[in-house]
Amino acid sequence: MTAAPEQVDVLNTAREQVLERGVGLSEEQVLQVLRLPDSRIPELLELAHEVRMRWCGPEVEVEGIVSLKTGGCPEDCHFCSQSGQFPSPVRSAWLDIPGLVKAARQTAATGATEFCIVAAVRGPDKRLMSQVRDGIKAIREDGNEIQIACSLGMLSQEQVDELVDMGVHRYNHNLETARSHFPSVVTTHSWEERWETLRMVREAGMEVCCGGIIGMGETLEQRAEFAVQLAALEPDEVPLNFLIPNPGTPYENYPVVEGTEALRTVGAFRLALPRTILRFAGGRELTFGDLGAKQGMLGGINAIIVGNYLTNLGRPAQDDLDMLGELSMPIKELSKTL
Amino acid sequence: MTGSGSGSGSGAGSAASAVFCGYCGKAVGEGDHAACSSRLGVIDPPRFCSQCARRMVVQVTPAGWTATCSRHGSTASA
Repeated sequence: MTAAPEQVDVLNTAREQVLERGVGLSEEQVLQVLRLPDSRIPELLELAHEVRMRWCGPEVEVEGIVSLKTGGCPEDCHFCSQSGQFPSPVRSAWLDIPGLVKAARQTAATGATEFCIVAAVRGPDKRLMSQVRDGIKAIREDGNEIQIACSLGMLSQEQVDELVDMGVHRYNHNLETARSHFPSVVTTHSWEERWETLRMVREAGMEVCCGGIIGMGETLEQRAEFAVQLAALEPDEVPLNFLIPNPGTPYENYPVVEGTEALRTVGAFRLALPRTILRFAGGRELTFGDLGAKQGMLGGINAIIVGNYLTNLGRPAQDDLDMLGELSMPIKELSKTL
Repeated sequence: MTGSGSGSGSGAGSAASAVFCGYCGKAVGEGDHAACSSRLGVIDPPRFCSQCARRMVVQVTPAGWTATCSRHGSTASA
């Protein structure tokens, strides 16, 4: 009787394919990583960290974000407390220009190189575009040396061109989840519509920021699908959020993603996206806690949102900056982003 | 902790003499607000006025938040 052929170990494969050659894992390989037992998580994170160091370097890109227009969104993204379609306690609010400038100043003071202006809309109208233009001008006049990113929903070609003209260098528009799972999460627009905005952004010369949220009822197969769909997009940055079950949303009773599962996901996404800026974003405080955040930073993450998010609170920026100091991870300088 | 908020001043979201929970909007004396307390000031700013339970207009910024009740005024993170 002949012995069964030894199964190829996915982490051994990844060491040669991803670490040595910089080629991201396939969907099937990502799925194998997501199915690794807890006992192999340290090995996964160590490899993911090596991949990050090899293909991205030791620096951490720091970003702050602010909500310019909060709440009252017509879309029905089931995770979002800003949808006007759900009985969420979040009320509509507009941040004025002085408030926006102050937020940019606070962000720049942390050493961040990125400041993202976000609006809860299907897509921007003339008023919002005008507010963004005035806001960017005021931030510049205030002397803040920081890159401006925007996240304003779906865009027309004309709006893409306008944002380029304003000097926006990166645009965020998350695909949120796997294409096959998207209709369960959002019904008011399609995954393809989001993709189209991202295509226009890329072609216009802006950097593409596109990620999503883990823990919205997707299967492991769909999580792997999402990772390779993001890889196919070749985004400059992928923000990884973990679901915050917010009151009034359809997902308010969903469980928080467990730390071990989240760490496996971080490692898997790094192995799928070896050269991408992989950013810790919303939900990490609930999912990881302090220790898990450090493990994530040592497991493939090379960017972080500091301070608060759009409607939820984060850790104080200084706590994260202290953590980066403890980990001897230098903060990316503005000169490196230009 | 009552889950009434963790703001400064004596305005709408202040924990001082809170009648309503800033997270769920229900009366502080009714039911268990332990889950509210675990999120309030950590993951969430107050959303309901601690004096009248009106939904507040809340602006979160990178370094803090302000919450405004149309009747009882504004409060902000410490």
